[in-house]
Amino acid sequence: MSDEEDDIILSELNDDELVEQMWDDLYDGLKEEIEEGTNILLERGWQPYDVLTKSLVAGMTIVGKDFRDGILFVPEVLLAANAMKAGMAILKPLLAETGAPRMGKMVIGTVKGDIHDIGKNLVSMMMEGAGFEVVDLGINNPVENYLEAVAKEEADILGMSALLTTTMPYMKVVIDAMVEQGIRDDYIVLVGGAPLNEEFGKAIGADAYCRDAAVAVETAKEFIARKHNQLAAG
Amino acid sequence: MFPMTTTTPDSNTLTNDGLPPQGDGRVLLIACGALAREILDLKARNGWDHLDLTCLPAILHNHPERITDAVREAVAKHRAAYAEIFVVYADCGTGGLLEAACAEMGVEMIAGPHCYAFFDGVQAFAERDEFTSFFLTDFLVRQFEAFVWKPLGLDRHPDLRDMYFGHYEALVYLAQTDDPALTTRAQEQAARLGLRFERRLTGYGDLAETLQGWASRG
Repeated sequence: MSDEEDDIILSELNDDELVEQMWDDLYDGLKEEIEEGTNILLERGWQPYDVLTKSLVAGMTIVGKDFRDGILFVPEVLLAANAMKAGMAILKPLLAETGAPRMGKMVIGTVKGDIHDIGKNLVSMMMEGAGFEVVDLGINNPVENYLEAVAKEEADILGMSALLTTTMPYMKVVIDAMVEQGIRDDYIVLVGGAPLNEEFGKAIGADAYCRDAAVAVETAKEFIARKHNQLAAG
Repeated sequence: MFPMTTTTPDSNTLTNDGLPPQGDGRVLLIACGALAREILDLKARNGWDHLDLTCLPAILHNHPERITDAVREAVAKHRAAYAEIFVVYADCGTGGLLEAACAEMGVEMIAGPHCYAFFDGVQAFAERDEFTSFFLTDFLVRQFEAFVWKPLGLDRHPDLRDMYFGHYEALVYLAQTDDPALTTRAQEQAARLGLRFERRLTGYGDLAETLQGWASRG
């Protein structure tokens, strides 16, 4: 974003300037600067949760929007994600200690026969950034992996990802198995991946299709809030 | 296996601009630019003078979400000038949307998930189930920089390579022609991606058969 990074001494910036600079650094995928900025904010007494949401998540949201608008492309998003991941690695142990808000738990994985995980990894990261606990099953998951994990982890949400037209129908296999076992309505099922669309999500019986990581986070929050409301009403 | 018998536009033009129709022939093939060479070769070899060809920019391969609308536009644009139109695309990552659009427009398209599949033979490709393989064709070997290396940012950030290809095991070059120079390039490309190299001489696979069927009906 700016050509002047070399001249900027992060520790000399006030909090607001530093946070804005971190947004820029995240946008530019500058991992070391993000680590430094994260540490400076913590040293200044910021709560880990505030560092996470106000600097990293807010910065990554800008990246996500520009990706959606065609201003940024996959390589830039990956570099930004790597930078955010570095910041989160510092914050993660501290978040557990300081009792950051917990939104819910998600089990996520790429479906059987598919090894693509870039989108899924972005979703995992942004969900963690939004306060969800994420159990990532990785790639090439058969139906039993999903079913075992959601039960074992007592998950709220099941997320499935596919990049191929040939593998996306497997999501229906998983959902059908859940229906068969009478557990479909115990979980919020979110699906995503490049060849999917909203119609497909509806047709296979998912709760929602999420076109990108930001939408996945918003959708998850919405469904969790609805679930809480239903429980409160019930 | 199939020596080229026709001149075709250069690969960069096919990538970015595609190919306009010649305006002759009563049947139009609307194809991906990545297939122009093979289609023109089959057309010349078989004397299919009644077939005309137009190609959409091959780089749409990297933007499958744009393919369906681009094909719709092309069909609408050329419909009045031809007795029949065929779409020389497979699903190509459109998630079934292209198939639905073609059915709605009443035009046929190629069966299978991708050109990799119909070059290899759709059934054989499905049976191999090589989901840890990254596929290249003659065209994609020629255009590796434009379709793989640069759009993935590997020219600027080679360290991202394993984020993209870490789960792949092999680069499979599905060769339409027996061209040692292309094979060498594909081998080098496999090395750049950190993948085991495999070459399979497919010729034109199901493409030849499908076009034969269409040509005989047109």
